[in-house]
Amino acid sequence: MSAAAPTMASARGEALKRGFYRFRQSWLSLVGLAIVVALAGLALLAPWIAPHPEHAAGGFAMNARFAPPSRVAWFGTNELGQDVLTLVLMGARVSLFAGVAVVAMAAALGAAVGAVAGFFGRWVDEALMRLTDLWLTLPGLILAMAIAAAMGPGVGNMIFAITLTWWPGYARLVRGEVMARKEEVYVQAARALGASPARLILRHILPNVVSPIIVKMSLDVGFAILTVASLGFVGIGVKPPTPEWGSLLSNARGYLPDYWWTAIFPGLAIFLSVFGFNLLGDGLRDVLDPRARR
Amino acid sequence: MSALLQLENVTRVYRGGGPFSQGAEIVALDDVSLSVARGSCFGVVGESGSGKTTLTRIALGLEAPTRGRVTFDGVDVAGLRGAARKRLRRRVQIVFQDPYASLDPRMSVHDIVAEGMVIHRDSLGLDARARTARVVELLGLVGLGAQHLNRYPHEFSGGQRQRICIARALAVEPELLILDEPTSALDVSVQAQVLALFEELKARLDLTYVFISHDLGVVRYVCDRVAVIHRGRIVEENEATRLFAAPQSAHARELIAAMPDPDPDRSPFRRAVL
Amino acid sequence: MALVEIDELHLTMTSYDGAAHVLAGVSLSLERGEIWGLVGETGCGKSLTGLTLSRLVASPPARYLSGAVRFDGRDLLAADEETMRDLRGRRIGMIFQDPTTNLNPAFRVGTQMIDVALHAGRVDPSILGLAAGASRGARRRAARDLAVSMLDRVGIVDAARRIDDYPHQFSGGMRQRVLIAMALIGRPDLIIADEPTTALDVSVQAQILALLHRLAAEDGLAILLITHNLGVVAQIASHVAVMYAGAVVEAGDVRAVLKSPRHPYTQALIAALPRADVKRGALAGLPGVVPDLLTPPPGCRFLPRCPIGAADCARAAPGLAPVDTGQRVACFRAERAA
Repeated sequence: MSAAAPTMASARGEALKRGFYRFRQSWLSLVGLAIVVALAGLALLAPWIAPHPEHAAGGFAMNARFAPPSRVAWFGTNELGQDVLTLVLMGARVSLFAGVAVVAMAAALGAAVGAVAGFFGRWVDEALMRLTDLWLTLPGLILAMAIAAAMGPGVGNMIFAITLTWWPGYARLVRGEVMARKEEVYVQAARALGASPARLILRHILPNVVSPIIVKMSLDVGFAILTVASLGFVGIGVKPPTPEWGSLLSNARGYLPDYWWTAIFPGLAIFLSVFGFNLLGDGLRDVLDPRARR
Repeated sequence: MSALLQLENVTRVYRGGGPFSQGAEIVALDDVSLSVARGSCFGVVGESGSGKTTLTRIALGLEAPTRGRVTFDGVDVAGLRGAARKRLRRRVQIVFQDPYASLDPRMSVHDIVAEGMVIHRDSLGLDARARTARVVELLGLVGLGAQHLNRYPHEFSGGQRQRICIARALAVEPELLILDEPTSALDVSVQAQVLALFEELKARLDLTYVFISHDLGVVRYVCDRVAVIHRGRIVEENEATRLFAAPQSAHARELIAAMPDPDPDRSPFRRAVL
Repeated sequence: MALVEIDELHLTMTSYDGAAHVLAGVSLSLERGEIWGLVGETGCGKSLTGLTLSRLVASPPARYLSGAVRFDGRDLLAADEETMRDLRGRRIGMIFQDPTTNLNPAFRVGTQMIDVALHAGRVDPSILGLAAGASRGARRRAARDLAVSMLDRVGIVDAARRIDDYPHQFSGGMRQRVLIAMALIGRPDLIIADEPTTALDVSVQAQILALLHRLAAEDGLAILLITHNLGVVAQIASHVAVMYAGAVVEAGDVRAVLKSPRHPYTQALIAALPRADVKRGALAGLPGVVPDLLTPPPGCRFLPRCPIGAADCARAAPGLAPVDTGQRVACFRAERAA
C-alpha cells in the first residue's frame, strides 16, 4: 500500500501502460499499429506531401501518359498522365475516412438496437432481433449498391448505404454481451440500490461491453474499406474525379497487364490497410478481450 | 421486539420453457414464513438450490412472491408503487458473496459508493460535494482511508473489496442488510475482520441483518436465530444456540454433522482409525 | 526414500510489474499412504506448489531459481516433456476445484474415460490387463470395463449404465467422483487434489472426503490435498503443511500442528476460525496484509504481522526446524510461541 494518494489520471495511465505491455507481446500487432498509423499519417498529410495535388482535383498531363514507375513518378502515371502516387495518397483520405465512418455509425446504431434488445428481452428482443435477422438475409453489398444507386453517387450517400448494411453485426454482438452483463453481480447490486434501466444500461452495462465493440470495429475497418472500394470498383461510389482506391483499381483494369502500375499500387494500398487493421484488431483483442486469448 | 421483515406463507413458482411451451413448474419457495426481529441477526442456512437466492430476491423486492405476503416494517410490500417503492429500496440493502464480481470494474471507489446517493438524491438530498464528504465518511466507517477514493476495484484485495461493497450498501442508510454469503470468498483471517466489522456496524447504526450462508460455523458465530431451508421449505427454525445444540430435523442434523471441525480428534474418519 | 520430495524450491513469476518471488524455499515430502494437507491463504503459493509436481507451470513467465522436485527418485525439473506426459496421465493424478470445467460437455463420460484408459494402456498394457499385442477391439472393451469398475469404486451407483451419460446429467458431487475415477485409471501413486470440495455443498463435501480417505488407506495412494479449509484438513489429512507468502512455515503430523501450533501464523489461522467455543466478538483476525512478493520484506516474510517478531528476524529467512511437539517450524522464536 503506497502512502501517497494516486490520482485518477495516474491510475488510467497505469492501465494504459499495462495494456501496451500486453499489446507488445505480439510483434504482429505492433506491425498492424505501425501500418495503420503510417496510413493515417499519410492520408492526413496528403495535400502537402503529394507531388501533384492538382491531379486529384481532375488535372491531367496528357504528355506524360503511362509513364512507368521512375525516380520522378514513384508509382508511375495513368492514362491521363496523372501521378498514381498522388491519387493513391489522396484516395487514402476518402477510403480511410469512409471506412472509419461506416464502422463508427454502424457500431452506434447496432449498439443501440442490441442494448435495448438484450436488456429488455422478451418481446422487445424478439421484435428487434427478428428485424435484425431479416436485415442479415439481404446480401450486404447488393443492398448497399441498391441504396447507393437510389440515392445517387457521393461519399456521404455511400457511407450511409454501407452503414445500413453493417449494423446488424453490431446489434447481435452487443445484444449477446448485454444479456451476459446484465446478470453480473455488480449490475444486480445497482438494481438493488434502485437504479433505473437507463442508468443500468448506460452506466454499468455498456461501458463494460466497449472492449469487444472496439475489437470488432478495428477488425471491421479493413473490410469496410474493402466494401467502399468494391462500390467504387463497380462505379457507384465516389464521383470522379475524387480519387478513391476502388475506382482507381476499376479504372486501371482496362490497362492490365501492360500498365500494371496503375492497378498494383491502389491494390497494394487496399491490401495494406485491410492487413494493418486486422493485425491491429487482433492485438487489441489480446489487450481488451482477455477471454478470447489462447 | 417488533418484526422488521416478515414473510407469511410465501411461495414462489417458476415456470420453465418459453412463451409457447408450458414447461414444468419449479417451486423455489414453498410456503415459507419467517419473521426477522428488528436489531437481530437472522441466519438462513441451506445448500445450493435450496431456495436461498429466491428468498433474497424477494426480501429485496426484486421479485414478487407467487403467493403469500411480504411486509416490511408493517407495510405490505406488494402494494407499494412509485416513490414509496423506491424508498423501500433504500431501507433494504444487500452485500453479495463475491466481492470480485460485485463491483463495476470501470467505476472508481468514489463513484461506486456514491451511486446509491445519486439514485436517491431526491430523498437523501445530497449535492455532489456532500456526497463526496459522505463517501469519505463511509469509507472510514468500514476501515478504508480517503486515499482510496479515486482507485479502481482491481487494485484492492478481496477483503478490501468487501468493505467497499459494505460502504456502498450503507450509503443509502438502510435498516436491513441482507448479507448473502458475505465472507465465503474470503480467507479466514480476513473473514474474521469482516465479521468483526459487521458486529461493530450493527451496534453503531442500529442495523438488522439477514445472514445467508452455507457455512454453519459462521452462522453459529454471528446469528441470533437460524432457519434451515431445504428444497424451498423451512425445515427448522430456532435460536442459534438451541438449534446447534439440539437440531430437531433430520436435515439440520445432517448439515451439522457434516461441518468440518478443525479439531483432528473430532474427525469421523480418524475416530474409525483409532 | 519418499515418493515425492520438494526441496528448497525457489521460483519467480515475471509479469509487467517485475519478477515476483512466489515460491521462496518450499520443502515438502510425501510417503505412500499419506494425505498431506497443504493449507494457506490466497496467493500463498499452495496451488503453484501442486502444479510444480506435474510441471504444469508455464516457463516463462515462471523461472525455477533453485531447489529440486523429485518424484520416485526422479528429478522432475530435469525430466523431458515425454516423461512428464507419461507421469501426468498415469502416476500423478490431478483433481481440481471445479468439476464442471474439467469434463468436456460434448462427450459422454464413458468416452472421456475410455480415452484416458486407452492412453494409459499404451504406456503400460498391464493397466488394461492385456498382453502387448491385443486387438483394438479387445483394448476398447478392456478400457470400458476398467472405466466402469473405476466409476463403481468411487461410488457411482449403476456405473455400467451411467457411463453412457453426459457430464450435465451428473450433479456437482457426482462429477467430482467421475474426475476422481478418471484420475485413478492410470493407477497413480500420487493424487494432487486442488480445493476438490470448495465448490460443493457440505454434505457432498463430507462424502468426497470420505472417498479420498478410503482411497489413501486402501491403495496406499499419496494425496496432496490443497485447500484453504483447516476443517477439511483436520478431517482426513495425516499431515499438514502451512504456507505463508511462498514458503512452508510449519509442517508435520496433523494433530501436532493443529492442536499445538508453534508458528505464529498457524496460531493466527486457527484463532480466526469460528469454532463452537468462540463467543461472539471474540474472533481474532490477523492484522495487516499479505506482503507484496515483488518486494518481499527481508528475512522472515511473516515479520510485519508477527506478534512475537524481533528485529533480528529480518536478518535471514528462517528454515524449517523440528520443535518438541514433533512438527517442523520455520520460526526463530518458535520456542517462545508455545
